[in-house]
Amino acid sequence: MNQKAKLFDLFLTFARIGGLTFGGGYAMLPMLQKEVVENKKWATEEELLDYYAVGQCTPGVIAVNVATFIGQKLRGVIGGIVATLGVVAPSFVIILLLATLINHFAEYAVVAHALAGIRVAVAALIVSAIVKLWKKGIKDALGVVIFGVVVLLSLVLNVSPIIIVVIAMLFGILYGRVSGRKEGK
Amino acid sequence: MVYLLLFYEFFKTGLFAIGGGLATLPFLYEIADKYTWFDEAMLSDMIAISESTPGPIGVNMATYAGYNAGAYVGGVPGGILGAFVATVGLITPSVIVILIVAQFLKRFKESRLVQDVFYTLRPAVTGLIACACFTTMSGSLFFPEAFGSFQQFSDVFNVFSLPAILLFAVLLFGILKFKKVHPVVFIAIAAVVGIVLQF
Repeated sequence: MNQKAKLFDLFLTFARIGGLTFGGGYAMLPMLQKEVVENKKWATEEELLDYYAVGQCTPGVIAVNVATFIGQKLRGVIGGIVATLGVVAPSFVIILLLATLINHFAEYAVVAHALAGIRVAVAALIVSAIVKLWKKGIKDALGVVIFGVVVLLSLVLNVSPIIIVVIAMLFGILYGRVSGRKEGK
Repeated sequence: MVYLLLFYEFFKTGLFAIGGGLATLPFLYEIADKYTWFDEAMLSDMIAISESTPGPIGVNMATYAGYNAGAYVGGVPGGILGAFVATVGLITPSVIVILIVAQFLKRFKESRLVQDVFYTLRPAVTGLIACACFTTMSGSLFFPEAFGSFQQFSDVFNVFSLPAILLFAVLLFGILKFKKVHPVVFIAIAAVVGIVLQF
């Protein structure tokens, strides 16, 4: 599936993703689906979900975790490092420029209005991303129940994502043992 | 040697901040407490800037904090070096951990245990992403804190931002309908609408 992706292409693609993402790791999801899954076919929707799951319970910024994962998958350790540098590069440059040149950037009215608009678009983009993930990640009634319980735990009871992920993993192992699901499903 | 200290502090932040950018915040407050590089007022500026520029928030925070810390001792060149050291410090632990996990997953991808874990993990993570989305929405489409002051019917406009909800509906329709269009197009449209309608 993946012909050898060029390192430079890897860097540029992730730089583009990093430069177009407003608001952190989850906001990056629609960009990743577009660039990495649909355009380059470097990973599948399922793999993206798995990377997010791992990124949720490993140290560091999720966006960086996902970039390292995909780079590593394509070109090994070097690929992981190159993709990570790519995703970080634009924000590094932008923040440096802002810090040296414009101190109160976020206080300009035009910037504030534009950002308020962008946040609406990010919300709509994440909803569409969830629609895609739903089709890939939730395949049966058990999945729907897990989804519902997680939303309840996280939104209503404010349980930390790490704890939720750990519980889901343990439940998966337990359920696998009990149900005797066939291997390689 | 301030740059070694910077690397050390941000390496530590990157290692222990589990679960994304905002998880770095408590560590940054600790740094603000411990060193004279930046104070808590500057931290809230940093959060505003990180949220209003592209890129992962955790990385933005590290770059900005590193710049301020470096500039405190060495002016602009010191700031640039500080930004670099802090950013690299922040991402190094997660790169190492992920490279190890990725090797492990590659080898055990077909194993029963890994399959079982991801079988329940996928719907759970979809749920977590949905919650993150809801949190994003609650800041821009409706304002939960206004529910408390709900007295008459016209107050409904304090709780829901009607123009934002309309924009949201139109954008979502567009995104689902025109699948070939790149997400950044919708972001650009929303930015323009935000400026024109004074969101």
